[in-house]
Amino acid sequence: MSVWRIMGTETEYGISVPGNPGANAMLISSQIVNSYAAAMHRARRARWDFEEENPLRDARGFDLARDIADASQLTDEDAGLANVILTNGARLYVDHAHPEYSSPEVTNPRDAVIWDKAGEWIMAEASRRAAEIPGTAPINLYKNNTDNKGASYGSHENYLMQRTTPFADIVRNLTPFFVSRQVVTGAGRVGIGQDGRAHGFQISQRADFFEVEVGLETTLKRPIINTRDEPHADPERYRRLHVIIGDANLAEISIYLKMGTTSLVLAMIEERFMSTDLSVEAPVRTLHQVSHDPTLRQLVTLRSGRKLTAVQLQMEYCEQARKFVEDRYGSDVDDVTKDVLERWESVLTRLESDPMTLSKELDWVAKYEILQGYRKRDSLDWDSSRLELVDLQYSDVRPAKGLYQRLAARGRFERITTDERIRQAVDHPPEDTRAYFRGRCLDKYADSVAAASWDSVIFDVPGRESLQRVPTLEPTRGTKQHVQALIDRSRTAEDLVRALTEG
Amino acid sequence: MAADERGGQQHANRDKQEVEETAPEASNDLQERQEKISEDVDSMLDEIDEVLEANSEDFVRGFVQKGGQ
Repeated sequence: MSVWRIMGTETEYGISVPGNPGANAMLISSQIVNSYAAAMHRARRARWDFEEENPLRDARGFDLARDIADASQLTDEDAGLANVILTNGARLYVDHAHPEYSSPEVTNPRDAVIWDKAGEWIMAEASRRAAEIPGTAPINLYKNNTDNKGASYGSHENYLMQRTTPFADIVRNLTPFFVSRQVVTGAGRVGIGQDGRAHGFQISQRADFFEVEVGLETTLKRPIINTRDEPHADPERYRRLHVIIGDANLAEISIYLKMGTTSLVLAMIEERFMSTDLSVEAPVRTLHQVSHDPTLRQLVTLRSGRKLTAVQLQMEYCEQARKFVEDRYGSDVDDVTKDVLERWESVLTRLESDPMTLSKELDWVAKYEILQGYRKRDSLDWDSSRLELVDLQYSDVRPAKGLYQRLAARGRFERITTDERIRQAVDHPPEDTRAYFRGRCLDKYADSVAAASWDSVIFDVPGRESLQRVPTLEPTRGTKQHVQALIDRSRTAEDLVRALTEG
Repeated sequence: MAADERGGQQHANRDKQEVEETAPEASNDLQERQEKISEDVDSMLDEIDEVLEANSEDFVRGFVQKGGQ
């Protein structure tokens, strides 16, 4: 195995109406989603199909009783909030009090970057469209994870894994990786503590909001390893690892390494390749300590008694991954896996010697460089509201106002894809997963799609009394190779359903 | 022996001279590099100044979110 597997991202965007902090978050989030949906010019809007959703199933093997679950955990009850399925296979909807973009399923970290960045473009476009409605105040959207006043909202990663892998192996081998990977994947934050009460800079947006090691919750007592077990695929074969500990990244290299290195570590866990136990003492406290030290000197204590920095802990994983890939593929390794390994090693080596050389690759270093520049030039201290504003505005999705967006347009960041490729991914699905079938159906038969979800497309076609549900339970089927010819020759949804049921 | 010692010493002196000659150059390079980075950051800050929201204190105070996942 390699960096290749079915994966995807979900991002809840920060939302606000400048000058009106009391604006109803659910309402303005709905306005954002509806504005984008209206711009798609669809007569009919497909509903989300909740049939296979089961957010209370726990990977440890039991179901949480519905009446003891917190209301915010019940994501499968259609609250009538805005919810659209896009022609690129993504889902754009209101989750809690934020607009959320869930990317389509992709097969590798390079595509994960492309469809995640497409989400930024979609949010910027939705905000622009919403502002065109007469009488509407402008709505700003931010790809970040906290308001620095105690609230956090997530950016999750999903990785499809083999069901046969014991969950305890995942917890043991992944926890030290998650405690330390923030030195690569952190988005940077001004403020220490959940409400940002203490002044200073830290590596991660999310770290301070994690309070336990393992658990099912995502909105309270957030766990380093989330146990939600809702594969949106055949549960006998697969589990979906729902990762809630990541920061929302803007830098392409940060997203790429976040997805690529995690996928690689999961492959080593699935194949039982990890030879040393890297378990850390007090993982939650260590997670916070690592985040709070941008000099990267904070030591992590392993259960074995060994002490090392988070960068060195990452190097342990990187070294094992290099051996793993060498052992499995030799020189026959695919380009993406090879590239992820090389960049990972290069980034870690430079984090050890001179972290600031990564200001064109990693979000937290880029942000830190800007903030240190302001501190020096204007003699500001960490309690300055201007520094907090720089932190916030770094993640503004608007091309003219977002600091990341502006600097990226000036060529300041290293990239792994192009604007053209991202723009294409805004409207078109990946070609090598079931998202292709979903996206093409939404594009070609919009008026006949009654509902859809990750694992189904439901058609309402003339001449049939009941709705026709086409299950798409296998994420690696329904690809361009499988269904392009079928969709191309089916002029209507009726033709398609007939071909599927009779063929 | 004596000649050798002298030779050795001369050699050492020459080495020392070389070190003395190259050291300032190396530090000039480093200084130049740092100045270039600093100029680069300054021009970036100038650009950010132009787009940063007015009244930072009110702006960040007004950014209040409900918790999410």
